[in-house]
Amino acid sequence: MPADFNWAIGGEAGDGIDSTGKIFAQALSRAGRHVFTSKDFASRIRGGYTAYKVRTSVDQVQSVVDRLDVLIALTPRTIDENLDELREGSVIVYDGERTTMQGVEIPEGMVGLNVPLQSIAEEKGGAIMRNVVALGAACAVANFPIEHLDSSLEKRFGGKGQAIVDNNRKAARAGRDYVNENFDHEFDYDLETTDNDYVLLNGDEAIGMGAIAAGCRFYAGYPITPATDVMEYLTGRIEQYGGHVVQAEDELAAINLALGGARAGARAMTATSGPGIDLMTETFGLIATSETPLVIVDVMRSGPSTGMPTKQEQGDLNQMVYGGHGEIPRFTLAPTTVAECFHKTVEAFNLAEKYQTPVYLAADLAMAVTEQTFAPEEFDMDAVEIDRGKVVDDDTISEWQNEKGQFKPHALTDDGVSPRSFPGTTGGAHMSTGLEHDELGRRTEDTDMRVEQVDKRNRKVETAKEREPWAYREFGDTDSGNLVISWGSNEGAMVEAIEFLEEDGVDVRFISVPYIFPRPDLSEVINDADDVIVVECNNTGQFADILEHDALTRVKRVNKYNGVRFKADELAEEIKETLSQEITA
Amino acid sequence: MSSDVRFTDFKSDKQPTWCPGCGDFGTMNGMMKALANTGNDPDNTFVVAGIGCSGKIGTYMHSYAMHGVHGRALPVGAGVKMANPDLEVMVAGGDGDGYSIGAGHFVHAVRRNVDMTYVVMDNRIYGLTKGQASPTSREDFQTSTTPEGPKQPPVNPMALALAAGATFIAQSFSSDAMRHAEIVQEAIEHDGFGFVNVFSPCVTFNDVDTYDYFRDNLVDLGDDDDHDRYDFDAAKDKILDASKEYQGVIYQNENSVPYEEQHGLDSNMADIPEGAPDDAMDLVREFY
Repeated sequence: MPADFNWAIGGEAGDGIDSTGKIFAQALSRAGRHVFTSKDFASRIRGGYTAYKVRTSVDQVQSVVDRLDVLIALTPRTIDENLDELREGSVIVYDGERTTMQGVEIPEGMVGLNVPLQSIAEEKGGAIMRNVVALGAACAVANFPIEHLDSSLEKRFGGKGQAIVDNNRKAARAGRDYVNENFDHEFDYDLETTDNDYVLLNGDEAIGMGAIAAGCRFYAGYPITPATDVMEYLTGRIEQYGGHVVQAEDELAAINLALGGARAGARAMTATSGPGIDLMTETFGLIATSETPLVIVDVMRSGPSTGMPTKQEQGDLNQMVYGGHGEIPRFTLAPTTVAECFHKTVEAFNLAEKYQTPVYLAADLAMAVTEQTFAPEEFDMDAVEIDRGKVVDDDTISEWQNEKGQFKPHALTDDGVSPRSFPGTTGGAHMSTGLEHDELGRRTEDTDMRVEQVDKRNRKVETAKEREPWAYREFGDTDSGNLVISWGSNEGAMVEAIEFLEEDGVDVRFISVPYIFPRPDLSEVINDADDVIVVECNNTGQFADILEHDALTRVKRVNKYNGVRFKADELAEEIKETLSQEITA
Repeated sequence: MSSDVRFTDFKSDKQPTWCPGCGDFGTMNGMMKALANTGNDPDNTFVVAGIGCSGKIGTYMHSYAMHGVHGRALPVGAGVKMANPDLEVMVAGGDGDGYSIGAGHFVHAVRRNVDMTYVVMDNRIYGLTKGQASPTSREDFQTSTTPEGPKQPPVNPMALALAAGATFIAQSFSSDAMRHAEIVQEAIEHDGFGFVNVFSPCVTFNDVDTYDYFRDNLVDLGDDDDHDRYDFDAAKDKILDASKEYQGVIYQNENSVPYEEQHGLDSNMADIPEGAPDDAMDLVREFY
């Protein structure tokens, strides 16, 4: 395991926890260290416990672990909430002068650093800088050169003027100095820096970036946790490329606006979370039947209904694979890392246009709000290819017109893919509808044409199964009879769990699947394995059900649905225990 | 766009299945005339409709068209126009489609003020589901689902529009063919969201709001030299006057700035590079 360092700041929502955490994470990233962040937050704006956690190492970190080295506790509850993760020797920085923190007891075996954060901040220009003083204190504990904070303070406060930036820098140094001067405890942390060059971003941002790179120019959405960051990212940026973001009156309008944009020929997208997907499902069928290319992002959270809006879950898989009345050809992709959010978004647009279908992009809260470091080359813009599929223009349209000069947008083709004419194309005027239609797009109840159109639309999926790679990512010992399969954001935790398992002498083969529908055929590897465990953040094992159906065999399941993502060490324990169990019906 | 387009060019070769005598025939003819008169042709026109008798219109017209889901034609139309402002966008709906299931979208489409035309074929009844009360049905109008009448006052669509900040409000009567086409044409020419509520009688299920009723009761504001369409208060008075049925342009905001202009939308978003934009690595670098 990499020698990693785990740090958190916790307090009440509104205390600036998020931005303080981000400043620290960014400083570490700019110092050439890998960073993985996670957030505990409640569904409220002010008050309520919230925390920002940072795990950092010189090696890549891909998950959270059950351990905290340094905790900045702005409220007594912060200590209680993190008791499970605090260990012997963990350092708790707190301000004993604050009324709420007076009399706080530091648990036995841990090191309490009572730092007058507020007084120091006031001396340096304002109580508001309390958190930055704490950051300075953390730098002293971690032996992390405080200069690395400077540029992230500049990025955060530069807009408010140089004086504010300078005050914050002084506040950070005062926090560091206070710790160095007042505590003679030896901290054996050493956050070495490297010359590596990283970027730090979360899944929602990577999706937005992928959309722009892929030529998405029209986005319509309605704010919903945890998908709103996609919209916030695109707002102000997409315009620079001639695009537009519109905040709709509801999800129904959002997807219909996006549908309009797509029919006009734009690459269009909407993003939402479970409750929004429910509302959009009405239009989803229309999109598929009218063969409109559209990317729909579902950043999953705990459901059903309003569930737990700020907590993790992968419970919408069935909705994305089966949702909607009637039978609907669609694609469902599930990026497995933050970087994959970028790549899969680009791929989603290409699939949508090549096959003229709606494409679900299944992200989840754990990935969407988690900032992670990557080498910038992982977002290789030169590698982005845009395939608009079978688009006809003024010159080629005649090949797809009938003897009366009418365009056939739903022509029956061998591969199931019909020609597409963007509005404005001469001779391409046609009707698009959710009603069953003939080749011209006109309503029909002709029984033969009905069958032919259903078959044609489904043929696109068959064609795509043949033409696209539907690859999966593989880790661990490929010869092992212990096969673990997961989808979505569980990959990072599982990759690290493999190392924990190795230490215990357990080998596993791990397959991370980024395609839900269609998906790679895993029936052979499943049947060849001695034990198969499917890991997912839901109660029933929705992907496990699908794989059992594919492979006609039973698999074991590791499910987590308390609202918290898998932690690598915890997952390793679960895998070990599950391997020893018999399959029960 | 060609100047020699005739309104019949907007006609498809599908025969309408509307009941003989349905007001929707006249409503559609007026829309096609207005489109031709304003210099549009089928290949630069996008017609969107929802569900119901009105929803069939895209099938009977010839243009780029979308037949959407119930009540949600307006957002589709707005999306089309935003993505390609060069297109002439016309949305058609019924009173159920627009003022019941789509009422939310109607209010927001009005305030968004996208430069498109919204024609509502208002027959004050649900036709395609065979005669139930609609949001514009009279309070005592007896139907299969409201044997004693809806017992709720009808929606006043023009009042809704005015309150939401409409920049163009008009009303017409499908049977008064020339006037109807003229009014739709004015709506097309308006810079912003042109809303036309069209009395389009249902001869099968509505025996109250009939052709004769509208002929006898319609007051044409075009004949009224005193009505100033740019006067908000005058418009408000007409709109809230429940004793009369008006025809003509009731309100127009001279200072209307369409959404696309406010947001600088002037290009066809279908035109994109073949790969990522040249400066796309800047998007990555931002996360440094």
